[in-house]
Amino acid sequence: MRHEGKTEARLSRIRGSEPPRRHNARTIAALTSNPGCARRAVLDAAGVDKERLAERVGFPAAFGQSRFAIVRGNAFERQVKADGCAELLRLLRDLLALDLRDAAYTDLGADGSGEGLDARHVAARERLTRAPGGEDGEGNPGGEGNPDGALFDHPLLRLEVAGQAVYLEPDLVAFQHGGAFHVVEIKSFPVIDGQADAEKVAAAAVQSAVYVLALRRLLGRDDAVSHEVVLVCPKDFSNVPVAVRLDVRRQLIVLEHQLARLTRIDTLLDALPDDLALDLGQDGAGTPVMAVDALTAALGRVTARYAPGCLSTCELAFFCRREASGRTAALGIGVREELGGVETVAEALGLAHGTATPDDDQAESAAMLRTTARVYAEALGAMPETPAGGAAG
Amino acid sequence: MSVIGAYARALAVRTGFAQPVASVRHIHLAEAPLVLVPLRMAGEANAPLAAMAGTDELSGTLLVVPQPRDRDLRFAFAGLLGDLLLGYVERCAAAGSEPVKPPRTPRQPAGRPLPDSLLSGSPSSSPGGAGGAAVAAGPEGTAGAADGDLRADEDALAAAEATGPERFLDAPQVLVPNRAGVEFARLFGRSTRFRSTLGEYAVPAGVPLLGRWLTFLAQRAEHPGSSALVAMTEALTLHWATGQSALEDANLAALMAWIDPPDGLSGPEAARLAEDPRTWPPAGPTTDPQFDNRVLAPAIAAYDEAIALLREQAGLAGAPDPLLADPDVIDSRFRAADLGAARVWPGAPDAPVQSWLRARDEVERAVRGQIEPTWRLMWRAVRRLRELPDAASVPRRWEQDRTRFTSYYAYLRDEDGGLPQARRDGAVAAARRLAVLERELAAYEADQAFDDPLVLANQRVTGDAFVGTVVAAERDRRIANERGTLVTRPLVEVVTVDPVRLPIGTKVCSPARVGQTGVIMSLEPAADGLLVSLELSGGMGRAKVPPPGSVPDMDEVISYTSVLPDGAFSAALPAPEDTPWTHGGPPTPYEPTDGDAEETWA
Repeated sequence: MRHEGKTEARLSRIRGSEPPRRHNARTIAALTSNPGCARRAVLDAAGVDKERLAERVGFPAAFGQSRFAIVRGNAFERQVKADGCAELLRLLRDLLALDLRDAAYTDLGADGSGEGLDARHVAARERLTRAPGGEDGEGNPGGEGNPDGALFDHPLLRLEVAGQAVYLEPDLVAFQHGGAFHVVEIKSFPVIDGQADAEKVAAAAVQSAVYVLALRRLLGRDDAVSHEVVLVCPKDFSNVPVAVRLDVRRQLIVLEHQLARLTRIDTLLDALPDDLALDLGQDGAGTPVMAVDALTAALGRVTARYAPGCLSTCELAFFCRREASGRTAALGIGVREELGGVETVAEALGLAHGTATPDDDQAESAAMLRTTARVYAEALGAMPETPAGGAAG
Repeated sequence: MSVIGAYARALAVRTGFAQPVASVRHIHLAEAPLVLVPLRMAGEANAPLAAMAGTDELSGTLLVVPQPRDRDLRFAFAGLLGDLLLGYVERCAAAGSEPVKPPRTPRQPAGRPLPDSLLSGSPSSSPGGAGGAAVAAGPEGTAGAADGDLRADEDALAAAEATGPERFLDAPQVLVPNRAGVEFARLFGRSTRFRSTLGEYAVPAGVPLLGRWLTFLAQRAEHPGSSALVAMTEALTLHWATGQSALEDANLAALMAWIDPPDGLSGPEAARLAEDPRTWPPAGPTTDPQFDNRVLAPAIAAYDEAIALLREQAGLAGAPDPLLADPDVIDSRFRAADLGAARVWPGAPDAPVQSWLRARDEVERAVRGQIEPTWRLMWRAVRRLRELPDAASVPRRWEQDRTRFTSYYAYLRDEDGGLPQARRDGAVAAARRLAVLERELAAYEADQAFDDPLVLANQRVTGDAFVGTVVAAERDRRIANERGTLVTRPLVEVVTVDPVRLPIGTKVCSPARVGQTGVIMSLEPAADGLLVSLELSGGMGRAKVPPPGSVPDMDEVISYTSVLPDGAFSAALPAPEDTPWTHGGPPTPYEPTDGDAEETWA
């Protein structure tokens, strides 16, 4: 593409002296929340370290993970994969009608030979495309004597995100007899009586969708990878794994849209001043290239679209929240709608109290807000003034 | 988000303080509720780390599991928490009982009577299956119970029937910090109610009972209007709107910061401080990851080491394992001399015992620092809520909680009863449960608007209700009904400036005159608003000319709403035994299996 080099250069100018931050499945998954935020799109495309940026401008986000959760997660994955995935094979046999032989297990993980990510990816690519579902292995799926299925552990996939190659390592990929590849995701949150924490399942679904997409790109065919991923979790309160299918079609659509948007970042960049930079690096003497004020000012030049949901997904959320204070959207989309969709709290109250004149579009909202204010005051008049409210006037 | 709620949030942003969205308290608040602050270990399936519980701020009991991955310690914890909760349940049951009037008798609870329509429309007149009619319940209680959510509840009804028509005067009320706390109770109930006190995996006696009661409470918590198990954040946001989002309101400390900020601070300032986990530890059940990594993990590791050392020494000395499921270790009130280890192994060398106790105390100290701020916050919130007067319909809804408590209490004591609640609802039970929840929600919302002008305000904005002044009243109007008999149907005209959006013929009711319904006859623009004329019926006695005061008078300010408690009436479901084959036929009763009791809890 003609613009590609130019865009690259532009993004690298924004990032400055720092190396681009590498994406992983989690950060790619996070791209799907709040897709309308230009600030986030630009920062992600440029590979700026948002966590450090938030810290520098004085709004650190606490996105830590408890050591207990990490330990448990690793232990569960190890257990499920023990003895060449013996336990997992049993589960997949039932769930996918996968007729796996012990020999079908292939570990594509790092073997300690110190080979780079590239080499591992090439090896994984070779191995996966040679499997019957891959582009080179047409075979005859129903025939006798074909490899019926296979498990690939630690395959290293690659996905282009905003012009950068991102390496991804799904927990496991399974090939189903006569069918397609299935991404297998091992998570340590429990499925109790067939139900799991909805938020965690949603997160796992998006993350798995990232792997599905990467695998599809690797194999070059969409139908080679099923949109149904397999989620393996502990059952009830035990360590016994249970496998369920998870449809990630919706997540795939959002993800593809969002990735495509990142590559079309030019439109967003064109609207930004040419000298925009968010350099978190230091010069030779160890002093930061950009002072806090400069960073804050630069951030302010890229429009954000803050919503309360950002607090649980984006490292910069506290900064944006502060910036958005006084805006109706900061109170939640529902509140904004109820307030007639007006931009700021001051404006909404102005219309409600008749101190601001509505324009034509606002006439209806304004009438509703005036009624609300009148009715609220009337209803409140029936009760004693609260101390806090009184103090504030 | 209601429009009044949104406007109140906007006002809160401007003033810097939470704004009221209710003028009365819509939930019941016991004189001494059981406050429960649970903590669990991150990553594990609802493994308890600690709980602080009690009915008095100054005498809360702290239970800390020094190694939450240890199965025996978990059940020891469940046993102690069980003792605590069961003690509370027994105190509620011992507070006395009252005779229950037979169903179909309209009651006149404090505040206002039920509209006739609710009584006749409610399934209490035809309780499905389970023979619920004779159960210890007023019409409301029967309605809820007859459509029981789980098999065990239907059994509970049968059991209650046998115990006689009595209802406890008190019922347990458990307050937890947030929605996740309710979920903790549900899951902890689920993980303990099937356990057996006999056999290979025997647990302390209180454990399965704790499970049943926690499950009972968690199920009640799903019922709109129930105050049996309440998430404090939800109780507070029902009454106040803050200048932050609903998502941020889920943080109890930040929410209270807006409602009751410390002196000299505004809501937003206090809320920002409250969001810092170092100043205000999260209200749980999940702990702050930084606390986990920096404080808790090292403390638990030290405990593990001390235990290993103690066991090694005991092994060398030929003594039995000094830690065989000793529950005392997790009760912070017990000191060294009380502990079982000292009993099991009297001659234990001092050094390893002391280092083990120090390690235990260290975990406890760390956890106490995380749980106590929330404990105090809970009681502050209780006091703040108590400042609001009870809404008129609170006693009636609490009566329903008491009814369910009474029947479940009886069921657990019944010879044939006491089975744990099933893991999942069957299709029939689920359908019934859903129907009940929908009806209760509609009734609860209507009740709130009836009880509280601030809630009614929402309906006024949306045009479903209006407040106006009576400008004309024809008290002695008599018309012929469809049978040709003359009936008294007074006509009143109300002028309102509210944006009424009700079609002619709509049935409305006034909170000031429950039992009297009006039908909108006409709506005409008037000089200063809208002129609504209403034809009234009911609530005015049998005299040809209604006595003065029974019908709105000239110049009276009156409110009318079209949202009535019986609005969500739906067709009755068939009795369980009449379930058609299309829906799987009559459900088979739930029987717990031995497998349930042996379920591993890793």
